Formats: sequence, C-alpha cells, structure tokens
Amino acid sequence: MSNTALPLPQQGFTLPKVYVGPLLITGILLAAHLSFGILDSWQKLLMAIGFSFLTEAVLHYAMFGKTRDMTSAYVSGISAGILVRSPLFWPFALCAAISIASKYVFRYKGRHIWNPTNFGIVILLLIASDSAAVLSIQWGSNMWAMVVIWVVGLATLWKIKRFHITFVYMASFLVFGYIRSLYTGHSWVAEIAPMTGPMYQLFVLFMMTDPRTTLSTRNGRMLVAFLIAALEMVFRLNEAVYAPFYALFIIGPIALIVEDLINEKKKKRSDALE
Amino acid sequence: MNRQKIAQIGITVLFVGLLMVPMGMRQLDRGPELFENKEDAIARYGFFLEDVTEQIGVNFVHQRPGLDARLEHILPQISSVGASVAVADFNNNGLPDFYLTNSLFGSPNALYRNNGDGSFTDVAEEMGVAFVNNEENGVSMGSVWGDFNNSGYEDLLIYKWGRLQLFRNENGLGFTDVTAESGLAQSGWMNANTAVWLDYNGNGFLDLFVGGYFHEDVNFWNLEHTRIMPDSYEYATNGGRNYLFENQGDGTFIDVTEQAGLLISRRWTLAAASADLNRSGFPDLMLANDYGVDELFLNNDGTGFVNAGETAGLGFIPKSGMSVGFGDVLNQGQLAIYITNISEAGVLMQGNNLWVPSRRSSGERLRFRNLASNMGVEIGEWGYGGRFVDLNNNGFVDLYVANGYVSDTPDTDYWYDYAKVVGGNRAIIMDANNWPAMEGRTFSGYQFNKIWMNDGAGRFREVAAAVGGQLQLDSRSVAYADLFGTGSLDLIVASQNGPVRIFKNHANSENNWVAFSLTGSASNRSAIGAQITIEWEGGRHLKTVNAGDAFSSQSQRPLHFGIGTAKKIERAEIIWPSGAVQILDNPELNMTHYITEPDVL
Repeated sequence: MSNTALPLPQQGFTLPKVYVGPLLITGILLAAHLSFGILDSWQKLLMAIGFSFLTEAVLHYAMFGKTRDMTSAYVSGISAGILVRSPLFWPFALCAAISIASKYVFRYKGRHIWNPTNFGIVILLLIASDSAAVLSIQWGSNMWAMVVIWVVGLATLWKIKRFHITFVYMASFLVFGYIRSLYTGHSWVAEIAPMTGPMYQLFVLFMMTDPRTTLSTRNGRMLVAFLIAALEMVFRLNEAVYAPFYALFIIGPIALIVEDLINEKKKKRSDALE
Repeated sequence: MNRQKIAQIGITVLFVGLLMVPMGMRQLDRGPELFENKEDAIARYGFFLEDVTEQIGVNFVHQRPGLDARLEHILPQISSVGASVAVADFNNNGLPDFYLTNSLFGSPNALYRNNGDGSFTDVAEEMGVAFVNNEENGVSMGSVWGDFNNSGYEDLLIYKWGRLQLFRNENGLGFTDVTAESGLAQSGWMNANTAVWLDYNGNGFLDLFVGGYFHEDVNFWNLEHTRIMPDSYEYATNGGRNYLFENQGDGTFIDVTEQAGLLISRRWTLAAASADLNRSGFPDLMLANDYGVDELFLNNDGTGFVNAGETAGLGFIPKSGMSVGFGDVLNQGQLAIYITNISEAGVLMQGNNLWVPSRRSSGERLRFRNLASNMGVEIGEWGYGGRFVDLNNNGFVDLYVANGYVSDTPDTDYWYDYAKVVGGNRAIIMDANNWPAMEGRTFSGYQFNKIWMNDGAGRFREVAAAVGGQLQLDSRSVAYADLFGTGSLDLIVASQNGPVRIFKNHANSENNWVAFSLTGSASNRSAIGAQITIEWEGGRHLKTVNAGDAFSSQSQRPLHFGIGTAKKIERAEIIWPSGAVQILDNPELNMTHYITEPDVL
C-alpha cells in the first residue's frame, strides 16, 4: 500500500519517518492476528514479503546498479500477505512480485504511477481469479477492534497530514451509498456495510494515502478521493465486488499524469511570461 | 542501448512472464480425457457411472422449506439445506434401502425399499415415516439409522429445523414414533443440521450427537425478530447449541451435553462424524462449523470430550465447514479428515481441507497437516457433502464432492450483494432485514459435482465428466451402497430443491473386493465405531463403521474394501467398540462376510 516515507512531527522523540508506515501496518496485523487469527498462515505472509524483497532487490539493482532500502518492499509484501486470500501459496508470491515489478515496468517520467499493491491486487484478480480472492470479511465480530484500528489509523493520518484524503473519500462513500440505495432499493446500511470491514480499513488508511502515488496539492488529493468514490459507485452499480481497488487503479495514475501535464503547462506559461 | 534500457526490457519480459504464471498453473491441472463409451472409460479409470434413477423406480424430488414472510427476500439462501440420504437395510433382507428427506410442510419423506431385482419402491407412507414435515414438528434436515435399542433392526432418527423425531423399527414391518417416551422430546425446538449415532461411553448402547446450526430460539415460521444471521462470517458465536443424548439402555435418553464438555462453543455446526481417531478405544467427534473454525473433540475415556482442534493443528483457520468425511487416503492404516468449504472464483477462496495425520502424530497427541493442495483436492466450489469411496475397487479411496448453493435465474449472480454485506460489522450482518433481496438471482449455482480419483501415489484427479458422473444440481448429500449386489459401490446424490439421482457403478470386474457386515453383541448391535484394517500384498487399509457423516448422509453399514487385482487378503483385523479384537485370516474375496462379535475372544 503506502510505499514510501511518511513525515512525522518534529518535536520530542521522532521515529525515522521511513518506518511509520511499516510499523503501523505491522501493528495492525499483529493485533488482528493475535486477537482473531486473521492470517491463513505465517508461511504465506512470509512468502509474500520474501518475494517482495527479492523482486525489489533484483530489479532495483538491475535498473540502477545499486541496492535500496526495503521498507517499501516490506509494506507491499505485508499488504499482499494480508489482502490476498487463497488456499494456494503461489498467488501470494505472484501478487507481491507483480506489485514490485510494476514500479519498474510502468514508469512515467521516471516515477511509478500506480500504487504497487493496488496494481498487484487488481492484476491478480484479472489473471488468477480462479485461484485467489481478496480479503472481504470481518476480522472477528468485535466492534472495539474495528474502532481501535480506525482511531489509530486516522490519528496517524492526521499527524502525517493525510487525513483529508480519507475524510473526503469516506464522506463521499457515505453519500454515494445513499444514492446507490435509492437506485438499488437496498438499505443504506447494506450499502455502507463494507466500510465497517477490514478491507476498507486497509484501503482508506494505507492504499489511498500513499504519498508516492497521490497528488502534490491538498485540493487535488481531495478531488481525487472524491473521484475514486464516484467511480467506485459506478463499479458497484455494476456489481464489482472489489470496486474500490478498480477505481483507484484507474483514477490514480490518470490523476498523476493530468497533474503533471497541468504543472508542465503552468511552467511553460510562467517561463514564457519571464 | 544503455544499461537502463536493457534492464527495462529484461524487467518487462520478466513481468510478462509473471502474468503468465496462472496460465501455466492451469496447464498443470488439465481436465481428464473424455471417452465415447463406457468400456473405454472403465479401461482408463476403472469405473463408469450410469444414471439409472428413473429406470429403477426412483422419482423423488426435494422441496425446500417455505419460511416466515420476513425472510422471503433471502429465502433461497436460508432454506438451502434439507436434502439428505441415509442408507440402511431396514428390513434385514440383506439389501440396502435408503431414506430421503423433504423439507416443505406437507411434503413426504421417502423410504425406498430395495426389491432385490434392481427396482425400488417408496414404502415410507405404509411404514409410517413419510409425513413428518409440519408446523408442529418442523421440517426434515436429515436422518440417521442406528439400532438404539439393540433389537436387531435399524431405528430412524430424523433431525430437523424443529423437533427431533425418533422412530423405532418394529421388526422391519413398520415404525413407531417413540420421541416422547425416549425423552428426546424434552430437548424442544432446535435447528439441527447434523446427527450421528455413537457409543461414546462404550456401554453397548448407542448415544446420539446432534449439531445445531441456527440458534434454537429461531422458529422459522414464527420469528420473534430478524436478527438471526451469523454475527460474523468467520468468527460467528451465535449458532445453535449442540446436544449429546446418553442412551440409558432402557429406551430413554438424557441430555449430557454440558457434563460431556460439548457446550463450550456456539458455533454453527453443519456436519459431524465420529471415529476413534487416536486409538483410545472410544469414539471421537469431528465437527465442521460454518462461519468459523472446525472442532475436534477427543473422547476422554468415555466420560466426555476435550476440544483438541488447536493442539491437533486443525482448529486455527476459520472457513465455512460443510462436511466431515473420514478416509485412509494413503493406505497407512490412519484416517484422514476431509472438510469441504467454499471457493468461488474471484470472491472467496477458502479451499477444502484434507487433514492427514502427520509423522509426529500419535495416540497421545494427534497432529494433522492440511494436504488438500498437495493431493489436488483443494479447490472445489460451494461444497457440501465430501465423501471418500473406492469407486473402482483398486484399493485406494476416491473422493466425491457435492457442489452448488442456489441455482436460479441463469446468468445472474447474488455474490456482489452477499459480499457487500458480509464485509460489514456484526450489527449489520446479523439482521436479515439488512440483506439485499435475492430476486431470483443465482448464488454459486449450476456447479458441477467433483469426482476426484485417487492415483495411489498421493494425487487425486478430477474425472467426473469422463466417467459419466457429471451432475449440475445443487447437490447436498451423497451416500454409497452396493444397491445392485454387483460388488461395486453405487452412489445416491440428494440435491436441494431438486431430484435425487442414483448412479449405478460399473466397476472394472478385474478388481477384487471384500465386504464385512458386522453385528455387535457386547458392543452396540449396529457395531457403530468398529474398525477394520485389512492387509494384502503391498496394501493396508482402515475403515470404520459410522452412522452419519459427510453432509447429512449415511452410507451402507457393511464396510467395503477394494483391493485391485490382488488375489488374496492376508488378514482382516476387527476392533469392536467393546475393545475386543478379532482376526480373520485370508477371508474369501468378492463376497460380503457377515460377522457377529464373538462372546469371548
């Protein structure tokens, strides 16, 4: 999900910002697994992380001739380990490897434009839906576990100045849920039910807020969050179970390219004026 | 071309290779070769299944229950069980008969008597076991045969969404409802989906385990509220309670569930089976729980049960347990456990479990490993009954798995709405009112049953289409019996809201077999719990007599062993429920041996 360093407050004890994302997701995973045993197996998780490390190390060296730190690969691997659901081992490895490889294959002006895990998950669903699915049920039935994850996750996002993304997306989701309920005739509660599940928690707390693949301006990020929720509604009306992943997969890179084009245009105009 | 460009090209090639991995995995798991006629199929696979339902006089069609109007919008999802089959020789004429359950008020259950000439006649009404589905007593979910009073005739227990009903067999001439006088009526209303007879305390009388699914407070025809659904789809804690009724030996039962240690959880038990897994001399209980982890209850020397699911390694990962089947899959003289779950492409991939005793496993501490993937029996679909049966008499048990949830309007799908709600918090998913209407949509329907053939080398291969056994109904329950006295095991498949199908098995006649029909004396008369291990040149195989297993089903009582082309069996060892051990040297092949437990061994 989030594949890069996250900023931290500057006063008191400060954890190197590069470790915030990995620590947060590891904490959530440990809490959820020790409480409810959410992992199919540690072996599958380790396989995802291991393949993520391996792919990152090999491809980065091949591309740039040097090694790099593995925090990004760790987050991608652990995310694949949590989100992928399969009785088989290879989908975990494949998802992690595709996630990392996508960063090196699909590059726009020297940067990757898809959130790696989002890319890996969507591609896995497209090519191996007969062997793998994505986490779509509750972690336990305890409301408090859900509340704790939300509170810790949102507080962290507030600190690292990414809360607005999640806030706009959630607000939009609730409104679009109401619109969908009018259209489908299903209760609003049923339409917003996914938001109370762990797949959404991981999606809105980590994947959508990835600094590497979100826009540079606050308003831009809020607009993208709204557009993702809007496209998700379209997917949902077409009964796509993993609608948010597909919406981010489409909107995310387009937004980055559009922002870049706008910035380029602005730069040209300002260069011309000078 | 600079280094980065070359690397980019190489990485892109690698990326394309990654995308092709699933295609390669599919190639490794190609379907079987199809043949034009049954002779070719028998030559290749050793058996061929012929659907003979109509020609043998069986025309039973299961009808699902209607429910409270407040559940009408999701009725097919809730009333998705109730089709079952249980085999027994109820009139002691040496021929297997079978009982089928129905689930709509007023719809009759059927008891098909084997006429011995390849035809069957429904005698349920004249025997008094047809009309048992009504508002007062609820509707049938399944049945199990067992001689609870050691009379020499198999009695019939019907478990229901409603009240248990016990019918005493009157010398094969009819049945008498003895529920009230047996004490079972005191258990009241329950929503049971499984029951097994077992002599848990080894006193020579059959006790009864019953597993609850929906909470017993729920009466589907008189709902007090709509908060009846699971409170979690993997960690549910609001299922029906389980029951253990101890046979007092005088025709009555008392509820000993709590003292036996079986009231420790509120899981949604959908299937149960019993066998002495740790060779303690007492039968253990394996429960398949929907919406949660499965449970293994080891018998504590006849005094009660201890939950050993976690220590045995099979009680960790919550899935949707639907069926429990035992089988000596590796011919090691040890029982493996097969549990069906749910797999739906792209939405939910649980995979079925095949728990095989690990090398570290011992009587003191059972340990299992899930080898479903290694052995090729993991990816079913929406699974129900999963049953081991040696269809080609080659000495290795094959595996039949019933699949399919709700087949309704073709090319429609309820999965999206289902997934939307089950991802929600308990407060949302528990209330049936929050569930979107199904509106005639199919929900994991039109799925084919699977027949996995054991290659004897640790792998199974799906061959249903190749051997004539393909079936695309919402199948629930599967039982086997040598219905036609041919020495091969035929299949009876009961499907929800659909017709029962009978498959006559044309097994390779070059393969030999032997069967043992046991009658207990010190042990319970049905010999339920007895184990037989046979040894032949290069082979060894264990089977156990049970009453109720897989999903809502019961197969023939005699234990049937195929031995391939071997010409003799060295020995057969019978361990009776009483603990007595009997050795049969070199028993004759291709016949059923009728063995009565000797008084003194």
